[in-house]
Amino acid sequence: MARNTARPLSPHLTVWRWGPHMLVSILHRATGVALSIAGLALLTWWLLALAGSASGYETFTQTATHPLGLFVLIGLTWAFFQHTLSGIRHLIMDVGAGFELRTNKTMAYLTMIGSALLTIALWAYLLLGRGA
Amino acid sequence: MTGPKDIGRHDRNSVPEGKTALGKVRGLGAAGHGGDLWIRERVSSAALLLLGVWFIVSLIVLPDLSQATIVEWLKTPLGFVPMALFVYLNFEHSLEGVKVIVDDYQGDEGGRMMWHIVSLFLHVGVGALALFALARIAFGAAS
Repeated sequence: MARNTARPLSPHLTVWRWGPHMLVSILHRATGVALSIAGLALLTWWLLALAGSASGYETFTQTATHPLGLFVLIGLTWAFFQHTLSGIRHLIMDVGAGFELRTNKTMAYLTMIGSALLTIALWAYLLLGRGA
Repeated sequence: MTGPKDIGRHDRNSVPEGKTALGKVRGLGAAGHGGDLWIRERVSSAALLLLGVWFIVSLIVLPDLSQATIVEWLKTPLGFVPMALFVYLNFEHSLEGVKVIVDDYQGDEGGRMMWHIVSLFLHVGVGALALFALARIAFGAAS
């Protein structure tokens, strides 16, 4: 479709001064995409490996516990917690609450602090507390 | 009887007897299902919030993450049913989210249609594969 390039563009990410609310908003989308692609692929592979042979599951756990695999797994865990917490923030805002500047900013910070803490706590337990 | 407040509601020249202007047009247009995707996305997110907590807590509570332990757990009703819902809703919620992103960034109508179909096929295809694997774990012979 031909587009008139002379028409003004909507101001994009780069022209705004970054704030926590804006960061959380784009993180929600980015983590959603990461979970959609890598998260669902991993979930499916995990289930297929569980349903299959012992050597297949061995391949899965070896890949998952390789440093690079761990990096992806921990990253996806963080994405899961960040998306969940900012999802709760969206549900609160959907009912019309939490739009006051200070409240909004605090909630945005809390999603990021919360996702970092939950990720650290879960993996500290999995790797150190129990031993994977 | 007709006061100033009734002018909008009882304009007998343009609105049928007993109907307000809103009542006359309600249900005639596309309105009514426009918010469906928006609502479904939030309903699936609420369900996933519960199931996500269940999933994480389950991974913590299980004695270990070996194949035998997890398979045994997924053969129980309280392992299989929430996991099936968790898998299904993850694919459903992902499909809804990707739809919004395609609508936001793909301005071209043909491209939008193409990406919607690609996304639908991938979500349904891979989602079916994941559910098949789960069914095989639950109903297959003990390994």
